[in-house]
Amino acid sequence: MIELALRHAFGDFRIDVSLRSDVRVLALFGPSGAGKTRLLDAIAGLFAPQEGRIAIDGEVLLDTARGIAQPAARRRIGYVFQDGRLFPHLDVRANLRYGLRDGSADVTAIVELLGLGPLLARRPATLSGGERQRVAIGRALLSAPRALLLDEPLTGLHAEARAQVLDYLRRLKRELRVAAVLVSHHADEVAALADEVACIEDGRVLAQLDAAGFGLARGGAPATPPAAPPLA
Amino acid sequence: MSLLAPDEWQALALSLRVGVLATLLSLPPAIALAWALSRRRLRARALVEALLFLPLVLPPVVTGYALLALLGRHGPLGALLAEAGIVVAFRWTGAVIAAAVMGFPLLVMSIRVAFDGVDRRLEAAAETLGAGAWRRFATITLPLSLRGIGAGCVLAFARAFGEFGATISFVSNIPGETRTLPIAIYELLNTPGGTPGVHRLALVSLAVAFAASLLAMRFMRHAAPAGEARR
Repeated sequence: MIELALRHAFGDFRIDVSLRSDVRVLALFGPSGAGKTRLLDAIAGLFAPQEGRIAIDGEVLLDTARGIAQPAARRRIGYVFQDGRLFPHLDVRANLRYGLRDGSADVTAIVELLGLGPLLARRPATLSGGERQRVAIGRALLSAPRALLLDEPLTGLHAEARAQVLDYLRRLKRELRVAAVLVSHHADEVAALADEVACIEDGRVLAQLDAAGFGLARGGAPATPPAAPPLA
Repeated sequence: MSLLAPDEWQALALSLRVGVLATLLSLPPAIALAWALSRRRLRARALVEALLFLPLVLPPVVTGYALLALLGRHGPLGALLAEAGIVVAFRWTGAVIAAAVMGFPLLVMSIRVAFDGVDRRLEAAAETLGAGAWRRFATITLPLSLRGIGAGCVLAFARAFGEFGATISFVSNIPGETRTLPIAIYELLNTPGGTPGVHRLALVSLAVAFAASLLAMRFMRHAAPAGEARR
């Protein structure tokens, strides 16, 4: 269960969002500049809104009214950034283990799940875009997060890598239990992964739809995930 | 070896020792100050920066005199130290202090530029992975700044190695104790028949300076990638 209520003004631009969702994958869908990444930053604790309350599974991460604001380092939110942000001076193995908590996650299982085995000794600079993104996802998962934040995880990838990472994400959804918030401005991505969709524009929630409703709103049959090529 | 006279070796060894110790001594406070200037909002930033630059813009002789006034036997700090049995004025340890003060601004500036060059988004990523401030600094900021820190150390060493003005006014010119290489050259210049010695020591200075310069360029050219740039 994710509860999110935020208010913040940046000059002319205002964020005023109130959301509550208990699905596995909640998508924040909307055009660039709608304030979606800001919402993720606020959940992760990297951005402090002027007013708001954020709780995940009952754990209050932020409540400005009660003066609660857990620091990012203690929130246990796995954040997969749009720009990857792998640590360039560490190899893939050290990147994956960076956020590891004692006995909290099974490295072998995650490495297996994301097909990272052959990459462990490599440096981030030598990875392809899709590989980088998979490592970033693995790194976030290994920090045993309460929730996973995925910020445009497929943007900037070429078609083949996109399909591949999408396939891995579906696999994660099948095999892991962690809740996720997906930010995207691609309807097909959202349709493929989300159980519920909050449409965000100009810092506000225009509508909150379930997956079927989102498919209909797009003007077609209920969304079915596009077929993806088998895992490499 | 007969390349240099014994007292010339002594001066060279002293200058090298002063240069190395001054750099190592100033490194921890320089890192702390550079980090604060790069990452913190300081209310007194302008004042701190002005003070930091002082040794660069002040005539070195004045800096040396200020050290003498402060740390000399009758200075406020010097008197306290003297009670504890520590004397630095007119000692080689004082030469280390003078050299450290003179090199400090260069060290802080280089390290600060290196810290500024580290992608803050990487530190934010480390934070979401549970790393507190110390761990972020030790595992992200510092390793990604090593080359800049190295370049700063070379600059500070070179500055300390060649220090003259502050050293001579703070610890004077005592053979075997405070007569560093530049002071030995000055001494030889004022000694009849000292010219060959001047040439020898000038050549040695040139070699040390050239090596330091090469090293600094090496650090700077291979400046670490400032984080994983956008693809």
